[in-house]
Amino acid sequence: MSSTVLDYSKELSVIEGLPSAATLDEMIEKPINDFPQRRWFIGLAITGTMLMIGVVSLTWLLWKGVGVWGINQPVAWGFDVVNFVFWVGIGHAGTLISAILFLFRQKWRTGIARFAEAMTLFAVLCAVQFVIFHTGRPWLAMAWLFPYPNQHGVWVNFTSPLEWDVFAVNTYFIVSAVFWYLGLIPDFATLRDRATTTIKKVTFSILSLGWRFSNRHWQHYERAYLIMAGFATPLVLSVHTIVSFDFAVSIIPGWHTTIFPPYFVAGAIFSGFAMVQNVLIITRKAFKFETLITMDTIEKMNKIILVTGTIVGYAYIMEFFIAWYSGNATELFVFVNRAFGPYWWAYWTMMTCNLFTPQLFWSKKIRTSLLASFILAIFVNIGMWFERFVIIVTSLHRDFLPSSWGMFVPTMWDFGMLIGSFGLFFTLVLLFVKFLPAIAMAEIKAVIPGAQPTHHGNGASH
Amino acid sequence: MEKKLYSISAIYSNPNDIIRAAAAVRDAGYKKFDIHTPYPIHGLDGAMGLKETKLGFVTLAAAIIGAAGMISFASWVAVVDYPQVIGGKPYWSWPAFVPVTYEIAVLLAVLGTVGAMIAFFFKFPNISHPLHDTPYMKKVSADKFGVSIQADDGKFNEKVVRELLKNTGGEVDAVYYSEEFLTFKPQMFDPKFIFLLVGIALATSAGGYLYWNKVLYLPPFDWMMQQPKVKPQTMSEFYADGFGMRLPVAGTVARGFIPYPYALGAKADSVGKFLVNPLLPTKAALDLGKKKFFTYCSPCHGNFGKGDSRMNGQFPNPPTLHSDKVRTWPDGAIFHTITVGQNVMPSYQYQISREERWAIVNYIRTLQRAYNAKESDLQ
Ligand code: HEC
Repeated sequence: MSSTVLDYSKELSVIEGLPSAATLDEMIEKPINDFPQRRWFIGLAITGTMLMIGVVSLTWLLWKGVGVWGINQPVAWGFDVVNFVFWVGIGHAGTLISAILFLFRQKWRTGIARFAEAMTLFAVLCAVQFVIFHTGRPWLAMAWLFPYPNQHGVWVNFTSPLEWDVFAVNTYFIVSAVFWYLGLIPDFATLRDRATTTIKKVTFSILSLGWRFSNRHWQHYERAYLIMAGFATPLVLSVHTIVSFDFAVSIIPGWHTTIFPPYFVAGAIFSGFAMVQNVLIITRKAFKFETLITMDTIEKMNKIILVTGTIVGYAYIMEFFIAWYSGNATELFVFVNRAFGPYWWAYWTMMTCNLFTPQLFWSKKIRTSLLASFILAIFVNIGMWFERFVIIVTSLHRDFLPSSWGMFVPTMWDFGMLIGSFGLFFTLVLLFVKFLPAIAMAEIKAVIPGAQPTHHGNGASH
Repeated sequence: MEKKLYSISAIYSNPNDIIRAAAAVRDAGYKKFDIHTPYPIHGLDGAMGLKETKLGFVTLAAAIIGAAGMISFASWVAVVDYPQVIGGKPYWSWPAFVPVTYEIAVLLAVLGTVGAMIAFFFKFPNISHPLHDTPYMKKVSADKFGVSIQADDGKFNEKVVRELLKNTGGEVDAVYYSEEFLTFKPQMFDPKFIFLLVGIALATSAGGYLYWNKVLYLPPFDWMMQQPKVKPQTMSEFYADGFGMRLPVAGTVARGFIPYPYALGAKADSVGKFLVNPLLPTKAALDLGKKKFFTYCSPCHGNFGKGDSRMNGQFPNPPTLHSDKVRTWPDGAIFHTITVGQNVMPSYQYQISREERWAIVNYIRTLQRAYNAKESDLQ
């Protein structure tokens, strides 16, 4: 195959032709082999600082208890649950890209699937920390989250949405991790065979489990991948559905609505794609992956953001309509209070970032502009964070009894934990792009032109 | 070490060629051969003559086990082992078990499929296969496609195989291996391995012990225990008299309380005459009396009221309750003694209810009768 040096930063569309399989390997392996660039260290310094802010806030939280947060009656769920739902939502894009788009035979997903899966894992980790720490005494959390035989003769309550959540989030994390690892096995084997140092060779030998690229194995492997995609698809939908049950199954006006499951799932995909979009654009620039993360991919992501954003906007409006149409005075009060009450600014930030600005993606010019995509994706992230804030805080701060009304004021430790979770997420992303193949080698090789036998017809579908 | 022939291999650089080669090898009747490609190639399974994978059955079985196991477990917990009324719903509210059942079914299906595939279908982890670390493997892991016909195939004949592969347009080569490389097998009962297991077990136990018994009693983990409240049997710094356990506020009475008319100085046998035992010596009353006697009286008076408890010597010895004095006392005199106490014996007015005190009296009467039985009782 060609050994000519390719300019990786030049963009080639998937249809027109990617570099050959061998140069692909070289290119994907490059960030792993190169001594980290200055850019990488600067990035790590920033995210590391954010992470340390999180660690300090966490230490203080563990020392003093959840009272250091701004939560109190009536708003007993504050940033902890807002951040949890926010991060779990982000974690939905990965499996959506790797499973649902796989089932729909979307070739363009190959360039970003690995990335998105890794981000799923990191986002779920960020999410899980909030639910664990908001239990108050997390060192005993094991004992009340999981059903296990104990001397108190007590079991968890299987009819509680919070317990469903424990099962859903854990299953989701494990399944995503297995899915991710399964995809990595052949790539580890390729890296093993390309390894130049003993450490790399030993590490990748162990990680690849001894993968031999045998077709007798590929046969089962491909079926396993299909089965996993088939299971992961309803799983993605179930996880955020169950997260929405945490609210919808309660009787708090503003939470108790049947529209929540689909609305939450659409919101999760929306925010997840926005976050993937942000990280992809940064990676594309930083590692010169223009060939792999193409404008075409970014445009398609923008289209999905537009669609899901519009679904979410529809849900916002529908909630309002139902609040009025139901004739329930409390329900109507909660929604009017959301938009025009003391937290009006949060509501309108949410509306602007989630419903209005994504509409700009109708224009092809904006959709295919890197800068615009990046900024609008950040807007979506802000908007989706505020969505959770609006749902949780505005529904709680006006209790049934006006004498119990109150406001939620976050403390600096609330912000510390939020910053820390971003630090954790981006630190993990940076480590991932440095130490693991950020793009699925074997998968991309299978879709480049000429990769499949011609007599078999269309060739490049995987 | 001598190297042995593992297989004759051929390398191709076009996916069409590998399909043709696979079909040729299959048609020539070889069984122990394999095709290696950097990514799955469509149509290769058919060309190699592979049967459909059975992996799906593993998934199905694991999913069924997961679903059935979880719904049974949740039902057992909710109905049998830990029934709780939640939201006024029946114990067996099965629709509420659907989410967890679904999650566990998915979890087991995925773990079962991948686990079975790696362990049983692939026999992984295995990093000492003859093909590993060969130039052949390095090519097929990048961008080439390879066929490898094993030397232990029944029909294997080096010359014929080379000829066949050459005819299909491949770059023919041979793969050798050394025996030593393959015969390495980890030993289950290797002392080192056993030591490792023992070490892990010890570390886990020690860690668990330290965590549950020591770490959790350090700040901040023990702050739930350090609350500014009075616990039973402890002093109070809040009250001037230092007593943690409080008496009713002066001038108040608890619900159902009937004031006791006689003071500490009153003579037991004289006031006893005015107190009438309201209880009949029924089984229920005697059982209650026995229970309370064992709780409050036996530590000093002994299990049978003979004044021979373990406290003997550490505390002024109580007299036997079988003395003529106590036996001839009216019931009310014993009642009075329990109520107000006598010399070093404290008052039990606040610990033992009125009815329980009478039950104790009845029980003492039973004990006395049993120990000082008359001839007529023995018949
Ligand atoms: C703290 C140990 C202690 C406990 C508990 C105790 N007693 Fe006594 N009891 C004594 C002592 C000591 C005496 C002897 C007092 C004295 O010197 O007059 C006594 C005396 C008596 C007497 C009078 C005996 C006599 O011959 O004068 C009776 C009756 C009696 N106790 C019944 C009870 C009953 C019934 C209970 C359970 C409610 C009870 N006691 C619990 C220590 C105790």
